[in-house]
Amino acid sequence: MKRAFPILVFLVAAFLGYAAYQALVIAPTEQTMGNVQRIFYYHVPSAWTAFLLFSINFIASVTYLIRRNPSADAIALVSAEVGVVFCTVVLVTGPLWARPVWGIWWTWDVRLTSTLVLWLIYLSYLMLRRFSTSGQTPVLAAALAIFGALDVPLVYFSIWIFRTQHPQPVIGGGGSIDPRMMHVLLINWFAFLWLAALLCWSRYRLEYMRRELEETQALEALLEPRSSL
Amino acid sequence: MKFLYAAYISTWVIHLSYAGILLRRYICLKNEIAELRK
Repeated sequence: MKRAFPILVFLVAAFLGYAAYQALVIAPTEQTMGNVQRIFYYHVPSAWTAFLLFSINFIASVTYLIRRNPSADAIALVSAEVGVVFCTVVLVTGPLWARPVWGIWWTWDVRLTSTLVLWLIYLSYLMLRRFSTSGQTPVLAAALAIFGALDVPLVYFSIWIFRTQHPQPVIGGGGSIDPRMMHVLLINWFAFLWLAALLCWSRYRLEYMRRELEETQALEALLEPRSSL
Repeated sequence: MKFLYAAYISTWVIHLSYAGILLRRYICLKNEIAELRK
């Protein structure tokens, strides 16, 4: 698997390059917004990927609480971390689109605020995992993740439930989209899904190595003769 | 156009920074494992 990793990195990078070419060159220019609309090809797939990763985190956290399975705990941690990275992209690209289109960087509208709250919840989840030294950290983190996951449907459905400034959804909502734009959007989403899978796999391997190292260190400490006594 | 480029560049800065963090953690872990084996 070690040899396959550089090949996989190359394939994902090539797919992302192709997706960026589709977004910047092939996709038709939107008539009202112009080229700035192309931010949509990075903003929307990043949001969908973040939602997917937070959903995986929710399932893994519930599994951990029921079965106390260490692999489920590791999956929960990995999906939350990579999900925060994608959510950060959403929160950065959103204002960069809003400034030229709305004339403002940010507004305290339900969709934007709930996304910021979602990001803050998962950031606190990661901080809890990083800095807590309690043996109960995975249980506390799993409980926090379940509360965090409650915000995911609120973010997603907020544009149906509330009157917001955010554009309507392109799938299943009031908005519509040119089929060529939809094609480019889906290509970009698949490319970002591959990137997320690669990052998750790398992070999971790292977590596995870290846990093995900690176990070995604990075992060595137990076997070491107590010279101070 | 500058907002479009800023959005694309910042996306890649975020992803590459995270990949860099993972790589740094991997190197640290590798060193710790090597030290433990000595």
